[in-house]
Amino acid sequence: MDVSITINGEQVSRETEPRQLLVHFIRETPGLTGTHWGCDTSNCGACVVLMDGAPVKSCTILAAMCVGHEIRTVESLEVDGRLDPVQMGFHEQHGLQCGFCTPGMLMTARALLDENPDPSELEIRTAISGAICRCTGYKNIVGAIRWAAEHESAAKQEARA
Amino acid sequence: MQTPASFEYERATSVEGAIASLEKLGSGARIIAGGHSLLPMMKLRLANPQHLIDINDLTELSYIREQSGEIAIGALTRHVDLLKSDLLARHFPLFRDAENVIADPVVRNRGTIGGSLCQADAAEDLSAVCSAVKAKAVIRGSGGERVVGMEDFHVGPYTTAVGDGEMLTEVRIPLRSGGGSAHEKVERRAGDWAIAAASAAVWVEGGKIADVGVALSAVGLTTIHLTRAEELMRGKAPSGELFAQAGEIASTDCSPAADGRGPVDYKRHLAGVLTTRALSRAVARALQPEA
Repeated sequence: MDVSITINGEQVSRETEPRQLLVHFIRETPGLTGTHWGCDTSNCGACVVLMDGAPVKSCTILAAMCVGHEIRTVESLEVDGRLDPVQMGFHEQHGLQCGFCTPGMLMTARALLDENPDPSELEIRTAISGAICRCTGYKNIVGAIRWAAEHESAAKQEARA
Repeated sequence: MQTPASFEYERATSVEGAIASLEKLGSGARIIAGGHSLLPMMKLRLANPQHLIDINDLTELSYIREQSGEIAIGALTRHVDLLKSDLLARHFPLFRDAENVIADPVVRNRGTIGGSLCQADAAEDLSAVCSAVKAKAVIRGSGGERVVGMEDFHVGPYTTAVGDGEMLTEVRIPLRSGGGSAHEKVERRAGDWAIAAASAAVWVEGGKIADVGVALSAVGLTTIHLTRAEELMRGKAPSGELFAQAGEIASTDCSPAADGRGPVDYKRHLAGVLTTRALSRAVARALQPEA
């Protein structure tokens, strides 16, 4: 079947089988291997992308189910060489070691801050409870997301002033 | 790579259309909503439907509303919406208790109440929740609707009363005065299935338990309706001793299997403790709705 999905604002069309999972559809698109394919069982969260703004696990959604929906991947975070505040937070607070979980963490964090710009540590930990990191022990990831929240709100206030 | 076996895919544009497709395609067709139970089963080739009918566009099946003395929940209502609903939390706070510990927030953005109930996994929380509050399932086919109580909805492991050519469209929960409810779950880690979970709902009138519903998750082949405990409590004044007796019945009447989540004795013990706790919290909420 012909599957046509909006990924990062661009229409991507491909002839594919209905059984193709969204994560593979995305990764087979040239230049979009940022979304990681991890546990394949909706446990680890490495494959999280945004579907109409909400984080979803792309290993457990058929590409065909996404026709007519907007998908955002980790590649959409950086714009014109400027990193998203969540990316800067992971950089500043050393929020990654091996980096495998990072794309999913970043997208989960982006969705959290879009809904709640000032999350508490508990709210951050709850939001990323479906994303597994085997390196960091989460402390720096939580710190990175908190850093992003603080710097994003400061940047917004500056922009308003 | 885990990939489902091949199947044909179609998107339903109406409930009637979905039912017509189900009827035409027969037992090889399955409805897919959130897909977070069905797709993992298909990847493991435990489920091999020949046709999938995607109902995600049927937004008319996504709602939580109060109507004619009932709370009505559309089958496509997602976990995240059940968690956030103040209407539901006000009348049946056990839904929020359960939704806070069902999978994780990202999975809750996709999974639906209809999918959870139709999956009929004994470890799934909402089946016990709906049993405790004495919910009714509205099942629609081309000939019309039928309404089935939860005790008849679950036919066996992974098996429900929904037949070929039929779909679950709504869950209805009667509103009665003096109600309180709670769900208690113990899991190994955030987002995991329960080691054991207990759902309780009570309706208190004149200081006595007028009616009560108790059900257990993950400690048997199906959701366990604790009818003996319910019979024991009906008509009696709520007390810690009574809840402890109900807990003892829960420990006896469940039938857990030993697995990576724990041995049988531990699970029986948990079922009892969680039943007692859920009942105690449900009654506290019934007597003082803010509790």
